[in-house]
Formats: sequence, structure tokens, C-alpha cells
Amino acid sequence: MDENKLISAEQFGMPSREPQLMLGNEAVARGAWEAGVHVVSSYPGTPSTEITEAAAKYEEVDVQWAPNEKVAAEVAFGAAMAGARAMTCMKHVGVNVAADPIFTAAYTGVNGGLVICCADDPAMHSSQNEQDSRYYARAAHIPMLEPADSQECLEYTKLAFELSEELDTPVFLRLTTRISHARSIVKQGKRESIPVKAYRKDMMKYVMMPAMARKRHVHVEKRESFLSEAANQMPINEITMRDQEIGVITSGACYQYVRDALPNASTLKLGMVYPMPMKLIKQFADQVKRLIVFEELEGLLEKDIRAAGIACEGKNLTGLQGELSVESIKHALLGTPMPVASGVDLPARPPVLCPGCPHRGVFYAVSKLGLRVMGDIGCYTLAALPPLSAMDACLCMGASIGMASGAERAQGKAFSKGTIAVLGDSTFLHSGIAPLIDAVYNRQSITVLILDNRITGMTGHQQNPASGLDIRNQPAPAVDIQKLCESCGVTHVSIVDPFDLKAVEKVLKEETERDEVSVVIARRACALLERSTIPPYVIDGCRNCGMCLKLACPAIERREKQVVINAALCIGCGMCAQVCPFKAIKEGVRAV
Amino acid sequence: MSQLSFDLVIVGVGGQGTLLASKIIGKLALSAGLGVKVSEVHGMSQRGGSVITHVRVGDAVHAPLVSLGAADYLISFEALEAARAAAYLKEDGIAIVNTQRILPMPVITGAAAYPADPLTAPPLSDHVVEAVDALTLAVEAGSQKAVNLVLLGRLSRHLAFEEEAWKHAIASSVPRATFATNLKAFEAGRV
Ligand SMILES: Cc1ncc(C[n+]2csc(CCOP(=O)(O)OP(=O)(O)O)c2C)c(N)n1
Repeated sequence: MDENKLISAEQFGMPSREPQLMLGNEAVARGAWEAGVHVVSSYPGTPSTEITEAAAKYEEVDVQWAPNEKVAAEVAFGAAMAGARAMTCMKHVGVNVAADPIFTAAYTGVNGGLVICCADDPAMHSSQNEQDSRYYARAAHIPMLEPADSQECLEYTKLAFELSEELDTPVFLRLTTRISHARSIVKQGKRESIPVKAYRKDMMKYVMMPAMARKRHVHVEKRESFLSEAANQMPINEITMRDQEIGVITSGACYQYVRDALPNASTLKLGMVYPMPMKLIKQFADQVKRLIVFEELEGLLEKDIRAAGIACEGKNLTGLQGELSVESIKHALLGTPMPVASGVDLPARPPVLCPGCPHRGVFYAVSKLGLRVMGDIGCYTLAALPPLSAMDACLCMGASIGMASGAERAQGKAFSKGTIAVLGDSTFLHSGIAPLIDAVYNRQSITVLILDNRITGMTGHQQNPASGLDIRNQPAPAVDIQKLCESCGVTHVSIVDPFDLKAVEKVLKEETERDEVSVVIARRACALLERSTIPPYVIDGCRNCGMCLKLACPAIERREKQVVINAALCIGCGMCAQVCPFKAIKEGVRAV
Repeated sequence: MSQLSFDLVIVGVGGQGTLLASKIIGKLALSAGLGVKVSEVHGMSQRGGSVITHVRVGDAVHAPLVSLGAADYLISFEALEAARAAAYLKEDGIAIVNTQRILPMPVITGAAAYPADPLTAPPLSDHVVEAVDALTLAVEAGSQKAVNLVLLGRLSRHLAFEEEAWKHAIASSVPRATFATNLKAFEAGRV
């Protein structure tokens, strides 16, 4: 029966039986595969991206990148409604984008199981905020599971599919960076053979007009009170009694920190963080002298526990920011001093645009022209840092265009002559099209610069609808960004090579002057995509003026009295040669 | 200190390929039947920022992160990053450091100065430091990408895994075509 398929999974480098060291994200994909998932549709976002990439290695699963999380969630929902087991994965802020379909999918329920993975990023390793997606579970009345290591990632994903079908609801699987990006040992199982269920038209269930939605809301409430009761018996909510002095309620990565920091403390580990097993919590509270909730981000378990009349501590000990750690828990509870980094002042090493990055020249020109930049989210956000310092605002994906329009409304048309909105290809397709239509429709005169590096760079090179390839690198239809902008009503769309600094400067000057919306597409593939064949550049006759250093290229270093190019890093983009006023920088000779 | 239960921190600059080292140690621990957890950095700091990987090997490993002041070993792919991560080392912890320097942007722009000798100044001077010119050894072995294997070779001197087990873990972690080069680099670090 399924044996052939198992072999095919092995061919993709995922042996089905041997215990393996797996990323939490890979284990979620494995769990979904074992649960017989049919469809996965996601939009990348750290720390969730590798789930979908790993899922794409299983050839039995139909896996795709969607242009944004809302579309991803709708595709997954459609698949589940039509009888398939489906999953959608996103980072925490992606849930904001997908929230609209998700809230109402809680009403309709599903046919095949639907799992929504959301990965939070406490401490913001790669994010713009620290929001806590557990609030979405509460707000939408959707159950939420939270695994604490890779084995649980696999098992909880399978459980999530079962719960989803049994309770007729989407189910959230919540991860955090330290679960998604930690490897631990995983025992793997076989793929269950789950047939796609029949499609059935059911207006009362799937057409959410007020009359039907009112009835479904009743179902949501019933389901939730049933699950709140059942939660007390679920084995994934587990009391382990040790010393009764301290009892800790916790989940996810925090559970692991607690086990190392307080090995003798009794624990109630919540595998399901919503709805909460209040009776079990009461039972646990009655057995311990001091009850403490250790949770990252919001004090949300704690508030609910207090609201149920159970005394506990929590955020008074740890605060609302960042990640917890073994050290911070020991410090909070045992008064152990927090170990500190040495007092030695070391230069910081912020992330930078790579050598040969096509974004660099654009921001050099922008900086030179003194333009204000309504920025966006992608690798190019790194241009906000010195020495380019070329960004005034960065809010969320796609916001650059709307912000530029809003600023023009506040400050008048003249303001837009000194301002541009900048965003990447993936970000434009994610959520830049509607604000571009808005700008044209509402007679703005903003200039939009699309940095088209042919890929979704920041999250580790995922294909997108304009790149011409799909998630498995198979040829796919590519959106023509230029034509797309034109059909939104933009009459001036120009394309420029970002390596040609003069051309970039010229087009930006011309287009910002215009009294209508214009779009400039700076097109060149990400430097990490194609291996350069150009030899590294060399400097001969440096006058030490420092102009080339303004490019913020990691391959250009100042050594004592002159500047040198690090041949190991230079990929030969030649931008530095263009900015050197003494023509001292030249193409080198490739060593054989 | 039992040598088959240890905390290790691997640091470097995003893009240097630090993840291969932790992958190999992970496989080694797995095949020796030990518990292991590895925490990696994906995302923003991979663009040339400071990166850190935590590796915890032993029977009762819970947290995926090494606590400050708890690491038995620190492997650093870059000199300044070794100094930055020194606080992870326990008092008698050992730092294995590639002497290569990669200038961070604040140094390139002149906003900050690269320390004169990070390996002999505080905070690293409080610890045993094994300086290795891993880049040169890697190039001699056949590829500048093999820096990680040179550093692992050096670490292997301190750990009680059999040489065969290392070879096995390396073979199952690198492309077949580069195995010979990688093994050479490993041995260059180990002798
Ligand atoms: C709503 C949302 N989803 C996903 C992300 C994660 N993310 C950050 S930047 C980015 C894409 C950047 O791609 P692109 O705009 O093409 O720019 P590049 O990085 O290639 O320069 C993504 C997906 C996010 N920050 N917010």
C-alpha cells in the first residue's frame, strides 16, 4: 500500500524510521506528512519558513508558496472544506494578515483537518514586534497546541489534525523561535493513508451570512465548552509532582528552561494552551505551596488562572519582554545573580547588505539625493543602518506605499518630490498592489521603487509569483511586475539596473519630480543566487578619501592609511569603481 | 567533566557556514546514543551579523540553549566574535578560535575600532584559548570552506569520541565530492 511512498520520502533525504536530529520546523512537516496531509500553502516568515520547505520534500504532498498569508490560509481552508487535510504556516505577524479568513473559519469549521502553524519570535531575532499569537486563539475561539521539543512538534501536529476533524474546527499549532530552530531527537512513524473526503455543499455551514453565522456561533461556543472540559483529561496537559514547595505551570520552550533551572519543582506542562484545563490547574494549585506561571511574552495564562480565582505569580518575576532562559528563571526564583557579559566594550556586528547586493547602489543613490524613504520589510531594511542611513520608516510588509501616500496628504504634493516608497518584489506582491491602486485612484504623486531581486531574500530565498519558479524549483508562470503596475493605472513605469549608479540617480530624480504616481523597478538578481564570474576588484593609488566606504560594502576595509578590497568577499559588482573619484578601483585578475 | 556530556557554543559571522559544525556534532552524539539539542540562528543575522549555535550533549538535556558561564567549549570562526561570546564559557572552559578577522560595519565606517588582539585581552584572557589559523589550514587541505572541519578537528582532541565515529559523522554530513577535502581539514586540525 503505502510502502512505495515511504521509499520516495527516503529518496528526499528523510529516512522514515531511524531517529533523527530534526529542527522543530522539520518535525512539524514530518508530523503533517505522517498525518496524511494533502495540501500545504504558506508564505515564508522567520521562524516558520522551514516547515513548508521541509514539507515540499515529501512528494505526496501538494505544497505551494502563496503570495501572502491571507491567500495561504484561504487556500488551505478551501482544501480542508473540499475534504483534504491541509496546513498553512506563517510567522506571528503573518497571522495578522490571515486573521480575516481565520476568524470566520472558526465558525464554519472544516471537512478535512485544518492546521494553522504560527511561529512567534520572542526577543525579536528577526521580527518587527513581539506580539503573542496565543491571543488569536482566544479571540477566534480556536484551540491551540504548543509543543516543547521536536518530538512533540511531530506528535502535536498529528494530534492537531485529529482534533480538527473531531471537533470540526481549525487548530492552531504555536511555535516559538527556540522550538522552530532547535534540533532534538525525533522518532518517526509512517504516513497514514487518509483519503480526501467527499465535497458536500452545505450552505448552513459554509456560507457565512448573518443568519447562518449566528447558528454557527452557537456551535463555536458549544465546542469550546466541550473542549475546556475535555482539556482536563488530555494527556498532553500533564502534572508531574516533585517537591511541593514550588509548582510551575508552563508550556513550550519555557518548560525546558524550568526543568533545567528548577529540577525539583513540580510542573503542570500545558500541551494545549487554549482552552485551558482549569480543573486540572486547580487540582495542581491545591497540591503546591507556591504556584508560578512561567510564560514568555504576555502574562496570559496567568491572567486566566487568576480570573478563575487561583492565586499565582508570574510576570511580577519575569516581565513582558524577550525570552526567558534558565538563567532568568533561576534569578527570578532563587535570586541567583544574572550572569553578565564582560564589561569589555566590543564593536557591534549588525547584519549588513551582502557584497554585491543589488540593493546597495540604489540606497547609495537615494542617500546622495537626500530623499526621504518610506521603507518596507526585506533585506533592504538593512539600509536603514549607518552609513547608508537611508530609511525614515518601516512598519509592516507593504506599508511603504500607503505611508508615502499618507505623508503626501499631510505635507502636500511638494513633499513627494523628496520622498520615495521602497519595497521588494516579494513584498510588493504580498501587499503592495492595493496601496498602489489607492495611490493612483486618489491622485497621489508618489514615487514607488520596487527592488526586484527575483527572490524573497530575507527569509532565505523562497521563490515568489514573479520569480518564474515554484517551491520545488519547477518552472511557473511569472507575474510581469511592470505590466501589473501599468494596469493599476501607473503611466510611468521604468526599469533600471541597480548596478548602474548614474542611471539610478537619473531616473529617481526624474520620477520624483513628476506630479503623478510613478514606479521604478530596479531589477537584478540577488547576489547570493548566481555565483559571480567577475574577478574581485582591486584598489591601486588610493587617496584615502573614503567615498567607497559610503557604500557600506563588507568587502571594502580601511587599513591604516588606505582602503583595500577583501578579495575573498568581493564578487565584482563594480559599484565602488563607479563612486571612486580618482578612478583608483579597477577590475582585478581572476587567479587560476 | 565527563567528556560525553558537554555544552558547546559555536559563533561566527553570518554566512561563514557555522551550521555544518553543529550538524556533525549532532550526528556524532546521536550515533553514540547520547541526548542532544542544537539551537540555530536562521533569519536576519545570517546577513553578516553575529551568529551563534548552541550544542548541548548529555543524558538529561532540557533547555536547547547553553547558559552563560556554562559552556565547556567555545568554537569561534572569527576572533572578535570569540571575545563577544566569552561570557558563555565556564571558568575552565576552552575557546578554540580561528584567528581570521572579519571587520564589522561600525569598524569599516570608522565608528568603532577592532580590538588590537581579542585573543589575549579580556574577556578571553581569563580562559584557555587555542588559536588556530583555520583559514590557512583549510586552504592547504583544499578549500577555504573547510574552516569548520579544521576547528572541529581541534575540538575532537578534547572529546572522547572515536576517530572512526567522527569520520562517519562527517561522511554523512558533507557532499560526497568534498569528503576527502573535509577529512583532510579535520585531520589538519586534529594533529
Ligand atoms: C506579514 C509578514 N509576513 C512575513 C514576514 C517575513 N518577511 C520579512 S521580509 C520578507 C520578504 C522580503 O522579500 P522581498 O520583499 O522580495 O525583499 P528581499 O529580502 O528579497 O530584499 C518576509 C517574507 C513579515 N515580516 N511579515
